[in-house]
Amino acid sequence: MDVHGPLSDEGVVRLLTHTGERVEHPVYSRYADELDNATLRLMWREMVIVRAFDREATSLQRQGELGLWVASLGQEAAQVGSGHALRAGDWVFPSYREHAVAYLRAVDLGNLLRIFRGLEHGAWVPDEHNFHLYTLVIGSHTLHATGYAMAMDRDGLVASGDPSRDAGVICYFGDGATSQGDTNEALIFASVNNAPIVFFCQNNQWAISEPATRQSRVPFAQRADGVGMPNVRVDGNDVIGSYAVTREAMDRARSGGGPSFIEAFTYRMGAHTTSDDPTRYRSKADEEYWAERDPIARLEAYLERSGALSPEYREETAEIAKTLAADVRVRTKAAEKPPTHEMFDHVFAEPHATVDADRAWFERFERSFVDSEGRH
Amino acid sequence: METLTLAGAINAGLRKAMERDPKVLLMGEDIGSLGGVFRVTDGLYKDFGGDRVMDTPLAESGIIGTAIGMSMRGYRPVCEIQFDGFIFPAFDQITTQLAKMHYRSHGKITLPVVIRVPFAGGIGAVEHHSESPEALFAHTAGLRIVTPATPQDGFLMIQQAIASADPVLFLEPKARYWDKGEVDVDAPFVAEGASAAMSHARIARHGDDVTIVAYGPTVRVALQAAQVCEAEQISAEVIDLRAISPLDIAAVVRSVKKTGRCVVVHEAPTPFGVGAEIAARVSEEAFYVLEAPVVRVGAFHTPYPASKLEHDYLPSVDRVLDAVDRVMIH
Repeated sequence: MDVHGPLSDEGVVRLLTHTGERVEHPVYSRYADELDNATLRLMWREMVIVRAFDREATSLQRQGELGLWVASLGQEAAQVGSGHALRAGDWVFPSYREHAVAYLRAVDLGNLLRIFRGLEHGAWVPDEHNFHLYTLVIGSHTLHATGYAMAMDRDGLVASGDPSRDAGVICYFGDGATSQGDTNEALIFASVNNAPIVFFCQNNQWAISEPATRQSRVPFAQRADGVGMPNVRVDGNDVIGSYAVTREAMDRARSGGGPSFIEAFTYRMGAHTTSDDPTRYRSKADEEYWAERDPIARLEAYLERSGALSPEYREETAEIAKTLAADVRVRTKAAEKPPTHEMFDHVFAEPHATVDADRAWFERFERSFVDSEGRH
Repeated sequence: METLTLAGAINAGLRKAMERDPKVLLMGEDIGSLGGVFRVTDGLYKDFGGDRVMDTPLAESGIIGTAIGMSMRGYRPVCEIQFDGFIFPAFDQITTQLAKMHYRSHGKITLPVVIRVPFAGGIGAVEHHSESPEALFAHTAGLRIVTPATPQDGFLMIQQAIASADPVLFLEPKARYWDKGEVDVDAPFVAEGASAAMSHARIARHGDDVTIVAYGPTVRVALQAAQVCEAEQISAEVIDLRAISPLDIAAVVRSVKKTGRCVVVHEAPTPFGVGAEIAARVSEEAFYVLEAPVVRVGAFHTPYPASKLEHDYLPSVDRVLDAVDRVMIH
């Protein structure tokens, strides 16, 4: 496409072309070489599973079982690739579209839908997955991630002398988030504190209806130049490239080399959310162009060519995806609203007179509804 | 006992908290070698080093946002926002993130972050350096808001705020920074129940005819007014709220049930303010003992004026006395 700036793929690292050809890169090939065929086909499987989950969630929303769904369609490679570069001890600060990363961090995707069914705000225990809660206010969590990384550094988890113990943070956000003050402050705080963090910007080119050109005149990775932070653009639909650049940046973070910025150039193949209508602001041609660059198809083409994708493996994957989608469907439809009194829980960690009074009042109010036989 | 200024007492309290718990960190602009623009952190950088007393980039949202991340790993950041009027860049982080994280995580994440803010006016400052934004924060569940009026409270309450498991907005009446008082610096500190302890209102002066409710900078004004009342044979009880969230409404109601009259004094504008909340609660809970409507004394619904006008803007002793007169005629 004849475009420049944040809508172009100028200078992206690409190790797998959109037709599934493996290409070399002077810096990043060495990380790609770590991925054997068994790992690559696992990555393919994970992408397929998450896409099936995504489709199921969209259906559930259409059938009125979810209030809203935020699909990750098209961004699976950026997420699975970067997610594979993380270790158990690393910490992830997602935005709200990182379902594939959630899956890699063993977050129960069925539980995740509770958020979108209106049952709760946070559907997993962050400490159990080293995966923070979703943050819906754009960019706010970039600062939490930075502070968390600063704290990990203090706790001796960076350049500890035992590289297997070292850990860092990865923070996911989108192209729109780069315009937020908080994101820019996060880059500054991370930079001056040499925090062990990777800022992973998924430039999916659309902030709801606003193209990336409404956020920037230059590729987003260049934002990091202003704070002296190493940065790289990668083809976000290339799972191998996404792995390689993240692997390098996380290594830098864990070993005391400080923060990095990755711009994964990708495309939001679906709507922003189920409430959105992309036909109002983008062209069919644009969508078709990107359909040809589908992240799953290109890995599949590569695996096919190298004979790594057996019919059995395909069938097994389809079965796993189907089972997961069915399980998610059943559990979502069965999930009932929590008891109303739970809305008074955990407002404060210690007793607070105002909340206690509200709770007591509400309980009295509820008890006041008594039927003719004395039942509540 | 030691005689300390309010600023000195808070400084001593910070030092105690830092000595007690290595997870306590100070973060803010100019709090390091300068010791803060009001010198509240004076000497702490020298004694605890730059890792514990961190000069941050000049970005309030960044200070609170990174403090949230640090406290997620068990640190207890004490952030200084240099002036009340500079807190708004951090408003989102405070009200949307800090206040709600415990709730949205079902109690799995606690954020014991303290935000110290020199607040309120009366020091002849330029624009945006004299504001009283407490009501804006009091409307948000998940934040505790306290303000000390005396050096003793400054010393103790800053330690209690740091010991609290909840986020605390710690409002320091900057015009009182140089007021001196006796402080029991060697009293044993009890961390258990600190949140509750700092939220009990204090009867600053006993009286029978009218209750004057104040907090932070207006406690001194209320006490001065009560003194004048005494000469006029009016016995005024002065309540120092200490906490705005939670509001110790029981203490106010107890007093009003004795006096039958209530005047609320704060520097913040009266519309939708803390006084409005107190008036509503008193009318609900002490309606049949009220001899007069609850009267509020506060600032006007104007931006904080240029400093040469602030003494006519802020609630003065005369304005409190006028309010007392208005409730006493009933």
